[in-house]
Amino acid sequence: MINRSQAAMNTLSRRRFLKISASTLLAAGVVGRATAALASATTREPKCVREVPTFCDICFWKCGAIASVRDGKLWKIEGNPADPLCRGRLCPRGTGGIGAHSDPDRLRTPLIRTNERGEEKWQAVTWDEALEYIAGKMQKIKAEHGPESMALFSHGIGGTFLKHTLKAYGTVNIAAPSFAQCRGPRDVGFRLTFGEDVGSPERTDIENAQCLVLIGSHLGENMHNTQVQEFATAVGRGASVIVVDPRFSVAASKAKFYLPIKPGTDLALVLAWMNVIVTEKLYDAAYVEEHGFGFDQFAASLTGYTPEWAYPETGIDPDTIRATAREMARYRPATLVHPGRHVNWNGDDAQRSRAIALLNALLGSWGRKGGFYTPSSMDMPDYPYPPYPKPAKPKVDNPDHKYPFAHEAITTGIRDATITGQPYPIKGWMVYATNLLHALPNEAETIRAIQQLDLLVVVDVIPSEIAGWADVVLPESTYLERHDELNVELFKDPFVALRQPVLDSPDDQKPNWWIAKKLAEKLGLGAFYPWKTIEEYLEHRVTEAGLDFAELKKKGIIRGPRQPIYFEEGAPAEFGTPSGKIEFYSPQLEKAGFDPVPRYTPPVAGPPGAFRLLFGRAPVHSFSRTHTNRLLSDMMDENAVWVNADIARRAGLKSGDTVRLKNQDGVLSNRVKVKATERIRPDCVYLVHGFGHTARGMRHAYGKGASDAQMITRYKTDPLMGGTAMNVNFVTLEAET
Amino acid sequence: MRYVMVIDTKRCVGCMDCVVACKTENNVPEGYNRDWITEEVRGKNPTLQMEIRSERCNHCDRPPCVYCCPTGASHIHEGGVVLVTHEKCIGCKACIAACPYDARFVHPEGYIDKCTFCIHRVEQGLKPACVSVCPTHCMHFGDLEDPQSEVARLLSSRAHHSLLPQTGCQPHVFYLT
Repeated sequence: MINRSQAAMNTLSRRRFLKISASTLLAAGVVGRATAALASATTREPKCVREVPTFCDICFWKCGAIASVRDGKLWKIEGNPADPLCRGRLCPRGTGGIGAHSDPDRLRTPLIRTNERGEEKWQAVTWDEALEYIAGKMQKIKAEHGPESMALFSHGIGGTFLKHTLKAYGTVNIAAPSFAQCRGPRDVGFRLTFGEDVGSPERTDIENAQCLVLIGSHLGENMHNTQVQEFATAVGRGASVIVVDPRFSVAASKAKFYLPIKPGTDLALVLAWMNVIVTEKLYDAAYVEEHGFGFDQFAASLTGYTPEWAYPETGIDPDTIRATAREMARYRPATLVHPGRHVNWNGDDAQRSRAIALLNALLGSWGRKGGFYTPSSMDMPDYPYPPYPKPAKPKVDNPDHKYPFAHEAITTGIRDATITGQPYPIKGWMVYATNLLHALPNEAETIRAIQQLDLLVVVDVIPSEIAGWADVVLPESTYLERHDELNVELFKDPFVALRQPVLDSPDDQKPNWWIAKKLAEKLGLGAFYPWKTIEEYLEHRVTEAGLDFAELKKKGIIRGPRQPIYFEEGAPAEFGTPSGKIEFYSPQLEKAGFDPVPRYTPPVAGPPGAFRLLFGRAPVHSFSRTHTNRLLSDMMDENAVWVNADIARRAGLKSGDTVRLKNQDGVLSNRVKVKATERIRPDCVYLVHGFGHTARGMRHAYGKGASDAQMITRYKTDPLMGGTAMNVNFVTLEAET
Repeated sequence: MRYVMVIDTKRCVGCMDCVVACKTENNVPEGYNRDWITEEVRGKNPTLQMEIRSERCNHCDRPPCVYCCPTGASHIHEGGVVLVTHEKCIGCKACIAACPYDARFVHPEGYIDKCTFCIHRVEQGLKPACVSVCPTHCMHFGDLEDPQSEVARLLSSRAHHSLLPQTGCQPHVFYLT
């Protein structure tokens, strides 16, 4: 059978393009004059091209980019060849970054709410009025409740200066969904095992892996640039790829072994793999002997987890489990079991991540070539700010260390405290560059929390859903129009990168550093901003590090010497665990009342006839924030619900039919098209995250596709670290006519 | 000289960077594209195979679009590159009907548009925009008649196919498998 899905994921096929263009030919004549001017600017000899190095912000990978401005107009953005992250090649989102600048749906001026929250009715105000209003409310919150009652949700490097202002003001409650809704369980699982995080960018040495194991990680669709480039390199030279996914992902199509696992049972598979590797003595005995702690207790606990035991749980037959375990052992230590990134799936996620860490430990891949390298960064001293005020109250998100292994703040913990007022009230939220209504599970709870607030400020580029609920909306310049904090990344090759404006903001948008500084001044905290301009700040930091600011401005990137990155090259084999070793058995977990070696519990089952809702990424979008970017929406302007072809046939559905999803709590989604495909198991359906916008200001994206976030009314909290597992929702398909 | 494109389907992940880059480089209007991604799935769940291809005009040796063009707008340029001279094009769409690859469209300004192999870049010694941005390095461009070229070496050493060879158009975009 041939399933030819042309024109990629776009809903308009090329034939449709043709039809539209033919029927609009007359109308085209009317606009012909306007576009002729544009066309003449693209003739073969560009007149005046100016190139500005900066770094990208369409996702958080922060690739070095060179933007070209032709005759005063932003023309294209290409990778900076000096950048070790992108190596001269951006991903489609980075290439499409110019659509962020020209997005007609952008926020243009500060806004103050005039009607009820969420009605999206605004009055345009000046920056001075907006900041005066915010400062007044913040002073009132401080006087009535203390500064800790103001919380900041911030995602990405652009939040640096707002964090600084809020810390100077006195809050301790600063969180990002990147922990409790994304990579937190992984970082906790690896920390408990190796004493260190995987980091971001992940310290995965994919390009040198001989065997790469992807558990749910859909590299290629998940477009983290360095990882995708290295994945292609590994595939190109014939590395053995093992993909575990209920969906036949792009990565699965490159795999030697594809394991279509029953959703939610990954831990059973990892335990069975470890059982085989230990039982058949295939592990790296010298490495385990030298670096391991508690191996015997660990090995003993695996006894029952045979491939035969795992078969009915996972749906993966024992022969395949054994064959893949042996394949991993065959290439060790250059076998990389990828830790994943968004790993909040079933509620046992920190323990599953720990099992993945342990599997890597058995294979001896941590610290080894083709496994996990040891990253380093440039030594860039912080700017000498005055000390922040000492907080009178502890953080609100994790009272009594209920989640003992949470090493970052829990967004949903702040949300809980906002709703209940316990352990103390939260009366103000500032939200920077994170659309909480799409990022946090159960939007009803988020809205309930918002209704308890005296102040909700949203700083964003686009009028997102969360902006729709704000009291004050502050329009930020895009990354192409502003400076930001330096990017000093922990990576294979140390470097420092500069973000600098390529061109001016089109309207009254302002860079985050300016907003943060002005707000601090309004709050009487001007002393925390001893510098006058951002360039002065950046130059100070760069010069203090012994580097040349003029060179950084010119090149965008300065690289430092590579340090040893593998144990075999002399990278220190040190582990920050209590035992100083790789903890196969974890006394820390035992002491806190948790399983010292991961133990399997079956996933929550859904109602009969319902499908588990899974979600993931598309290569042309980031989170829920790129859908009004016309270049990127032209690649994919709506999502489709993936339904197994047999299931669809039985339900009388075919690709292109419209349905609504109805979840276990009766919540109905937007209308969404069906993608009937062999590429997914019959017991689950799949959506690309970030679609189904309900914010009216996002005119271009409004109502297109379905939002997984809207369907995620339930979540299961990870007992170790407070992460919110979201693959615990079930939907049925309601046909639409 | 014979320009060809050689695309490694083993490496391609279908991310559409080639499509976006083409659009920015060539100012292709919203709603149109000169290249696109095709995913071809074979088999039955869970035993599946998928080939992902970045597709575009095949710059055929025997291009029906050129043969049917009443004004000579569609023509073969140096290196075998099939181009459309906008000023000569009357938008009659005969070429659209003739092209077996669906590679052409009517530009809102009224002429027929399609992939040019970024000949304006190639003539400056650059690679086509799609080739130069591809994060997986799956795309290659060069002169097939130069036996030392990367494209010639790839085609002589790797299994490959082209699209709809049975049409007799002799397409010159090749897919490594």
